[in-house]
Amino acid sequence: MCGIAGIIDLTGKRRVQPVDLTRMLSAMRYRGPDESGLYLDDRASLAHLRLSIIDLSGGIQPIHNEDETLWITYNGEVYNYRELREDLLKRGHTFRTQTDTEVILHLYEEKGADALADLNGQFAFAIWDARKHELFAARDRVGVRPLHYTTVNDRFIFASEIKAILAVPEVPRRVDPLAMDQIFTFWTTLPGRTFFDGIHELPPGHCLLFNERGLRTQRYWAAPFREREDRLTGDPRAIAEEVGSLLTDAVRLRLRADVTVGTYLSGGLDSSGISAIVARRFSADVKTFGIRFEDGRFDEGEHQRAMVGHLGVDHRELVATDAAISEAFAAAAWHCEKPILRTAPVPLYLLSRLVQSQGIKVVLTGEGADEFSGGYDIFKEALVRQFWARNPASKWRGRLIERLYPDIFRDDRTRKTVAGFFLVDPETRNDPLFSHLIRWGTTARLKTFFSDGLRAEIGAYDACAEVRAGLPAGFDRWHTLHKAQFLESTIFLSTYLLSSQGDRMAMAHSVEVRLPFLDHRFVELMGRIPPWMKMCGLDEKHILKKALAPLLPASIVNRTKHPYRAPIHRCLIALAGSETGRAALTDEAIAAAGLFNAARVGMLMKKLTAADRASETDAMALAGILSAQIVYRRLIADPELGTAPVVRPELVVDKRTSDREKYA
Amino acid sequence: MDHKQVIRDFIIANFLFGDADRLDNAASFLKKGIVDSTGILEVVQFLETTFHIAVNDDELLPENLDSVDNISNYVNRKLTPV
Repeated sequence: MCGIAGIIDLTGKRRVQPVDLTRMLSAMRYRGPDESGLYLDDRASLAHLRLSIIDLSGGIQPIHNEDETLWITYNGEVYNYRELREDLLKRGHTFRTQTDTEVILHLYEEKGADALADLNGQFAFAIWDARKHELFAARDRVGVRPLHYTTVNDRFIFASEIKAILAVPEVPRRVDPLAMDQIFTFWTTLPGRTFFDGIHELPPGHCLLFNERGLRTQRYWAAPFREREDRLTGDPRAIAEEVGSLLTDAVRLRLRADVTVGTYLSGGLDSSGISAIVARRFSADVKTFGIRFEDGRFDEGEHQRAMVGHLGVDHRELVATDAAISEAFAAAAWHCEKPILRTAPVPLYLLSRLVQSQGIKVVLTGEGADEFSGGYDIFKEALVRQFWARNPASKWRGRLIERLYPDIFRDDRTRKTVAGFFLVDPETRNDPLFSHLIRWGTTARLKTFFSDGLRAEIGAYDACAEVRAGLPAGFDRWHTLHKAQFLESTIFLSTYLLSSQGDRMAMAHSVEVRLPFLDHRFVELMGRIPPWMKMCGLDEKHILKKALAPLLPASIVNRTKHPYRAPIHRCLIALAGSETGRAALTDEAIAAAGLFNAARVGMLMKKLTAADRASETDAMALAGILSAQIVYRRLIADPELGTAPVVRPELVVDKRTSDREKYA
Repeated sequence: MDHKQVIRDFIIANFLFGDADRLDNAASFLKKGIVDSTGILEVVQFLETTFHIAVNDDELLPENLDSVDNISNYVNRKLTPV
């Protein structure tokens, strides 16, 4: 995995200098510590940072085709590259490397944008056509790999990470007020938007074309949630077998590497399943990695150990102490490039550091199972609440809610209070966003901390209306589970989970994550499976459990879903008291960023410092405020940003025809 | 005794963090997103400590707790000798 960047100026009036590119690469150096390369001509420049995984000695980028008319800079892996290569060889293409990169380039030569349908992988890449003066870029179907862009002064600038774009001096640096509204409602920006005004994210499953006619983006894939006619029918056991064997194939492909591949193992069903498939069917001596917490409410050690014992693998644990989380929070937020409302990314940042220290560059993880296989509590909740709403007077329907949250409903008083307030407002029953309204409504309370200035800029903008407007045709008639899955996978998975908890946290330590559950064939299969096989009553991921049961101990298959969460309250109070935290929360710092109301932040700090335990919303408020202040300071206000190009490329292809400045 | 002001001040300090303008005494906490369902428990704890009343399980209802006016009426009823 790697980092890509580039600057395109079709007018040819202002030449890009190598240092413009190395500044960009230097900002995200950790994405590719092994080698780097540049390509420059009169209109386009491409840059690349390499984390060498396939064809270690031969794969430096940018790479060109046979006649040097096409150049690619690419981040990711296309796992079925060997099969695609065979086919291209038969069609007469010649290859100079053993990389998957080169395969994509030649496939693009053959098929143009239609090549994307053939790629099984996680990628973000840009191809410059030096003859047509055209840039084609694409991102994988679910958004595992990042790609951002902006246009300023006739220049089209793109990069894997926003900080690389911000390293170009002419790019304006400003917070997007609507992004703040979205983050403090949905926990993340909606696809396409970033925390930074004018800087866009290419949404998952999209490609773009930039040429004289302008910029066009286009969707090439959407996760299918099939209506009744297209769903699989038949014996659940046969379907479970198909699920199991497709998942195994997804794992097989993702083990393709010229370096050692490890796995993350939390003790939950998904990562246990992946680790078991690797250990039992491919590589018994696989190295596994897991997170431990000091607080029993968050720790999954018992189940982790059960899996380690069951598989006999070489397992390494990282204990994410409150102090370690507190200390790493600022760095994690900087990597995320946006405010985060949870501390959950931070232990993953610490874990990838451990992986790196063990000399491992690639790990397989269990992300994506919950979204497409029906694993989340919010899905159960949606189904239960819908069921309850059809007969609100029914007490026993109401009690189903309690089975979802045994922690909250631990005593009579709490049960009565919360149950009474949990009952869905009859008006919202038919709202397409029904499944997520409680969560989003609760989070939106955090906007009480916004400054008057920010509120004025947001104005009457209605983020939920934007979501409703973007729903697919016929969404209203979808099954409740499918609606909830759609919202979770398009909003939460892509722009938060895969990014802030996935790619960014792993890449911070030059580790590539690979996600078998997001193999598009597997996702498409899950889309055809009837809802009741995914959520059978209150049994989540029902068919997936059936598929994995032969590989796992019963205790793992049957354990209650434990959502991954990290400690937050005390960690953030400690951070707020540290030098970084205090600097971020002074009245001056808050006024400078202009995002929050200092008086209200002060009252929040008072409340949280005095309390033994914080409410979840208050803790999210502190996480959001601290991370927003930190990201503002380091990526908007910092005058040092982008001034120190430390990357010295091993490869420079310079085809500029005049004003040539050799890179010294 | 102005229970309403005491209640109002508590809600403003702990849930609106000083933003008094947003609090209409008749406004539903849940519908307006002022206090959520777990926040109600904080409110109950405050009422019991401040007014020395015991909130019974069967009194945990929106009619009693879901707005400043509702709470104030509820507290007054609890404190009025029968």
